[in-house]
Amino acid sequence: MTAVLEIAPFAILADLAYWQVTSIRAIAGLAAVLLVAGTLVYVHLFKLVSFMQSRLGPMEAGPYGSLQLLAETGKFLQKEDIIPRRADRFVFCTAPFVVLVSTFLLVVVLPAGPDAWFISNDLGIYLAMAVSSVSVIGILMAGWGSASKYSLIGGLRATGQLIAYELPLLLAVVGVVIQAETMNLQSIVLTQAEGEIFGWSGIGNPFILTQFLGFAIFMIALQAELTQTPFDMPVAESELVTGYMTEYSGLRFLLFFIGEFATAGVFSAIAAVLFLGGWYIPGLDAGSELFNVIGPLVLVGKVVLLSLLIFWFRFTFPRFREDQLQKLAWKYLIPLSLANIFVTAVLKVLW
Amino acid sequence: MTATESEQLRYIAAQAADARVNLEIETEGMTLNIGPQHPATHGTLRIVVKLDGEQVIEAEPVMGYMHRGYEKLAEVRTYPQVTTLVNRIDWLGSFANEVPFILAAERLMEVEAPPRAQWIRTILFELSRIANVTLFLGDMAVQVGAITPVFFAFRDREHVLNQIESATGGRFHPNFDRIGGLKDDLPAGWVAETRQAMVKIRSFCDQISELVEGNEIFQARTRGVGVVPADVGLSYGLSGPNIRASGVDWDVRRDSPCGLVYDQVDWKVWTHPGCDSFARFWVRLQETREATKIVDQLLDDIPSGPTMAKVPRIIKVPAGEAYVETENPLGVMGYYVVSKGDLVPFRVKIRSASFSNISIVPWLLRGVYVPDIITILGSLYFILGDIDR
Repeated sequence: MTAVLEIAPFAILADLAYWQVTSIRAIAGLAAVLLVAGTLVYVHLFKLVSFMQSRLGPMEAGPYGSLQLLAETGKFLQKEDIIPRRADRFVFCTAPFVVLVSTFLLVVVLPAGPDAWFISNDLGIYLAMAVSSVSVIGILMAGWGSASKYSLIGGLRATGQLIAYELPLLLAVVGVVIQAETMNLQSIVLTQAEGEIFGWSGIGNPFILTQFLGFAIFMIALQAELTQTPFDMPVAESELVTGYMTEYSGLRFLLFFIGEFATAGVFSAIAAVLFLGGWYIPGLDAGSELFNVIGPLVLVGKVVLLSLLIFWFRFTFPRFREDQLQKLAWKYLIPLSLANIFVTAVLKVLW
Repeated sequence: MTATESEQLRYIAAQAADARVNLEIETEGMTLNIGPQHPATHGTLRIVVKLDGEQVIEAEPVMGYMHRGYEKLAEVRTYPQVTTLVNRIDWLGSFANEVPFILAAERLMEVEAPPRAQWIRTILFELSRIANVTLFLGDMAVQVGAITPVFFAFRDREHVLNQIESATGGRFHPNFDRIGGLKDDLPAGWVAETRQAMVKIRSFCDQISELVEGNEIFQARTRGVGVVPADVGLSYGLSGPNIRASGVDWDVRRDSPCGLVYDQVDWKVWTHPGCDSFARFWVRLQETREATKIVDQLLDDIPSGPTMAKVPRIIKVPAGEAYVETENPLGVMGYYVVSKGDLVPFRVKIRSASFSNISIVPWLLRGVYVPDIITILGSLYFILGDIDR
């Protein structure tokens, strides 16, 4: 794997010592996960949903309630960390961290600029899809370790659902990979930036134009992968209280909460990279140094747009039943995504 | 491992073996306690379900966590005081609870409220129906997982509650009905404001219809779920929208309107042949629309005159017994009042709609999946106060 995980940080960091580079990366990784998660919580969970439900949302903490998140975090930090007596202590306590680990590993392959990335990995999207499955283990651990029936049902539902939707998610990506001829996310961005539509290279060639079916399948499967509302039976609060999170409180609940939104952010970023051209915006040369600075901002902007879609669905739709969800995945999404791969491959050969 | 721990484990294993329900594929059953504190039961209803995987083998509602002994308490209250109590039975449409009791007392005393009082009573009765059912329309969406409609429901119910408040002085517990009429006349400008509120409720119904009723996922979740055939529903004593959703054309408002003026207006009883959860939602949605039409028509020609008949200051009800039932928001509600000619009723039996409506739950929940439990309970629409009086 060493050959694949070739370490090549920012060009300006080339002269620094290993520990310095590592700490900068750790801070950047934390920022990439937590800042985005915080933005999503404020913009979507606090404000967008309040707008949709004809209420104001938080208004008191800071201007327009922008500091509300700090208050909420403080609240969770000082709450008692309750561990049920019958719970499997080790499994119960480590579960939220396992869920978060998969989120942090996902960030590793994300490019945020021509030189701003953590690792340049030729298996990029493959690695991302692989590590995203780790969260299933964490959820199953939480469901089993809590020694609560609601948690157990929630955990099992989550496992069945995540396995079912991993497949269309992966197959939707394959179309993009065929078209870009690479699995390296940085190369996928560059392919889109340098592409052209019938000879016109004004906006590059974002894959959402050619892979719109793949994009739709990816977003639907993503919604299920994130257990957001049309697919939120693992945490169905009107049935299972909060599913696998029922017994958690305090810091550990906060970790699940962060995990939920951070994963939404990171997956939106992957969708942005795959379908919307990642850090690239039309009008600038893709190789420009400027993108190292504005690239991350462009990416966050696209993440906010895509996650708006996710949260819009979340606050509009009722939820499926477990069997209807499986039916949707196996009967519709998977055949559709296979057809998408087939058509993409044929067209790729013909062109 | 200490002795107590191994004892505990042995006990759990024994319990699990007892609960083993599916011997063919060697799965073990699980007993799940839904409630008394559970986000879906809006109150303290406890339902003990035996599960095989996610399928319900057996379900049993356990009532009584909120029993307040109203029938007994009514025996030591004078007649005017009883309305304060019965207000709290179905707390979302509380004015509707007072009316049948007052009508029963009026029948015993052989007084009749003046026409104006009857008219206003009917208007307030329908307003409390709207206040009650609008919340259901939002709540049903929450039960199947959409969280936004309930905020619309709370927002628009406010218009009706404001009207009830400005007429009676109480948003939730008006305590406005009196033997022989009403406590007060309507305030100035009330009629025009109520008309505006009705317009808002109608637009709310349209919104719900677009957002929830037409939603494919909502339909997939509710159609064919919790089917109550008409004969089974009748034998379990279902009433109100629940039985009309099974295609039974029975509405006490139309069939025996005692003391209320439903025969003066042009309206329609909605039924749905679907028998399922969707039918129950649909019937309630149509009924809310119909209620706004009833209110609009009644507002057009409220007769003038007094709002109170001549009744003695100290009310002594002559000996006798009377049973009066009305079509309350949740179903048929009746009071059986026995009087021995005293200041207080000798015995009051309350027939509340939800108590009968959830009696079908064990029959209905057998064999359904866990998500459908919530859909079915939500579509039967009970208020805990109406189950445990």
